Amino acid sequence: MAEVLLKIEGIHKRFGGLHALNNVALHINKGEIYGLIGPNGAGKTTMFNVLTGLYTPDEGTFTFDGKDLFRAPPHIVVAGGIARTFQNIRLFHEMTALENVMVGRHIRSKAGALGAILRTKAAREEEAAIEAKAWELLKYVGIDDVAHERARNLSYGHQRRLEIARALATEPKLLALDEPAAGMNPKETEDLKTLMEKIRNDGVTVLLIEHDVKLMMGLCDRIAVLDYGKKIAEGVPEVVRKDPKVIEAYLGAAHS
Amino acid sequence: MNANKKLGVFIASAIVLAVLPFVVGSTLGNSWVRTIDFALLYVMLALGLNIVVGFAGLLDLGFIAFYAVGAYTFALLGSPHFDIHLPFYISIPLGALCAALFGLLLGTPVLKLKGDYLAIVTLGFGEIIRIFMNNLNAPINITNGPQGINLIDPIQIGGLSMGKTIDVAGFALNPVHMYYYLFLALTVGVVIMAYRLQYSRIGRAWVAMREDQIAASAMGLNIRNIKLLAFALGALSGGVAGGLFASFQGFISPESFGLLESIMILAMVVLGGMGHIPGVILGAVVLTIAPEILRDVIGPLQMHTFGRMIVDPENARMLLFGLAMVIMMLTRPEGMWPSKRRKAEFEDAKKG
Repeated sequence: MAEVLLKIEGIHKRFGGLHALNNVALHINKGEIYGLIGPNGAGKTTMFNVLTGLYTPDEGTFTFDGKDLFRAPPHIVVAGGIARTFQNIRLFHEMTALENVMVGRHIRSKAGALGAILRTKAAREEEAAIEAKAWELLKYVGIDDVAHERARNLSYGHQRRLEIARALATEPKLLALDEPAAGMNPKETEDLKTLMEKIRNDGVTVLLIEHDVKLMMGLCDRIAVLDYGKKIAEGVPEVVRKDPKVIEAYLGAAHS
Repeated sequence: MNANKKLGVFIASAIVLAVLPFVVGSTLGNSWVRTIDFALLYVMLALGLNIVVGFAGLLDLGFIAFYAVGAYTFALLGSPHFDIHLPFYISIPLGALCAALFGLLLGTPVLKLKGDYLAIVTLGFGEIIRIFMNNLNAPINITNGPQGINLIDPIQIGGLSMGKTIDVAGFALNPVHMYYYLFLALTVGVVIMAYRLQYSRIGRAWVAMREDQIAASAMGLNIRNIKLLAFALGALSGGVAGGLFASFQGFISPESFGLLESIMILAMVVLGGMGHIPGVILGAVVLTIAPEILRDVIGPLQMHTFGRMIVDPENARMLLFGLAMVIMMLTRPEGMWPSKRRKAEFEDAKKG
C-alpha cells in the first residue's frame, strides 16, 4: 500500500444555492500522477481552489503530509508543500521569467526588510541562492534562454512552463496543475507530458486537471471523475474509462 | 555604463550637491536654499509614498498623516510645550517609529480594500489625524490645537545648534545651509533604503502582489504581512521627514498637514514615474521648485505686460499647475521618468 500524501474527506463547498462540491473525498498517494477529470462545471477548479487555500471549504477534513490544512490560508498551504498553476495563466506579466521564479522562492527564504536595507551578509547570500535556484528551475523546464524576457512576451507554451517552474520554486511535495495542456498543439502536449513524468520521477507528486482525456489516460496512475460536484468514479484509467457512470457523464445517458 | 563613467557621474553629482547651497545662496538668495531644503524633505516623503503606491500598488491619499505624526512627535519631545527637550537622535527615530505604528494602524483595517475604496479610507485617515491634532487641546492640552506648537528645538549636534548662524573660518554658515547637509544625508539614506528594498525579496513580493494578488498568494506570499510592511516602511520615511520639518520650521500646526499636501506628494510620485526611484526624486524636486519659480515670475510678468495685476499670482500659480498636470497625464501618463517595467505596462495597456 502506497503512502497517502493528501487525504481529503467529506468536502463541501457551497456558493449560495450552488453546491459546487458535494461530499468529495480524494486520496492521493506519494509519487503518483493523479488526474481529476469531469465535464465543464463539474467542480474541478473549485476543488483545486479548495486544495490550494484560495477557497475555504464549508465542511470536511483536509490533511496533507500529516498536517491539518483545513481552512488554512494559501501561504500556509504553500508552505505545507502544495503548489499550483492556473487554468488561465497567471504570471507576473511585467516581471522577467527569472523574477517570476524568484518570487516562487519567497516562501523558502526569509530575509526581512531590515536585512534588505542593511544588505547583511546573510541577506546577500540568500539572494544569490534564490537567483541560482531560479536559474536551475528555468533550465529544468527548458526555458533558461528566455530568462530575461518579460513574462508577457513569452510564447504560450513557454508561459505554461514558466508557471510550472514558478510553482516548483516553492519546493512542493504536490504540484497541482490546472489544465496545463489547454490550447497546446500535439507536439507541445507531448513535451509537457515528458516534463510531468520528469517531475514525478524527481519525487514530486502531481495532481492534474485536464480536458484532454487521451493525455490523461496515458499519463495518470489514477483518475477521479467529478460530475455536478460529486465524485462519480476513481481508480486506474483502464477501469475508469469503462465505468458506465463516467460514460454517461461525458456522453449522456443514451450512450451507456 | 561602465564603472569608470559611473564613478565620474557619482563624483560630479557629489560635488554639485556639496556646493549647491552656497552657489544658490550667493546668487539667488537664501530663500532659495530654503526651497531646496524643502525639496529634500519632499524627496523623502515621495520616496516613502512610493513604497506604498509605486512598489506595492496601494493607493494612499492620506500619506501626510505620517508626516504629521513624525512632526508632532518631534515637537512634543523638543519644545517648551511640555518642557521636554530630547536630543534629535532620540526624537527623530521615535517619530519615525510612531509613524510606522500609525502605518500599521491604517494598514490593518484596509487589508481587504483596493483601488478607489482604499483611496477613500486613506483619505479619511489623513483627515482624522489632522482633526485630532486640531482638537487635542482639551480636556488635556496635548497638541495645543489650531495654535500649533511653537519654539521647537532646532537640531543640535554636539555643541552645534542648527538654529543660529555660525562662523566657520570666516564663512557664515546659515541654518538653511546646515539643514541642507543634514537633509541631504538623510535623503541619501532614504534613497539607499528604497533602492535596497526594491531589489530584494521584499521588493519582489511587493511587485508580485501589485501585479496579481491571487497568483502572489498562491505562490505562498503572505499578503497581509507584505501589505503591512509596505505601509509601515512608507510611513517610516514620512515620519523622519516630519521630525526634520518640525525642527527646521520651529513651528508646526495642523494646517500644514492638509489633504492638499497628501495630493501634492502623490502627484510627485505619479508625475515623476511611479515605482521608479530617480523618477520620483525628479518629481519631488520639480513639484517643489516649479511653484516657487511661478510665484516669482507670475506677478512681475503681469505687471510688466499689463501694467497691473489681473489674476492673483497665487490663483494663477495653482491654475497653471493644474493645467500642467492635466497635460502631463494626457500625453505622458507613465510620468516624466518612468521605469522600463512601468513604461511597458502603459504601452501594453494602450495596445489593449
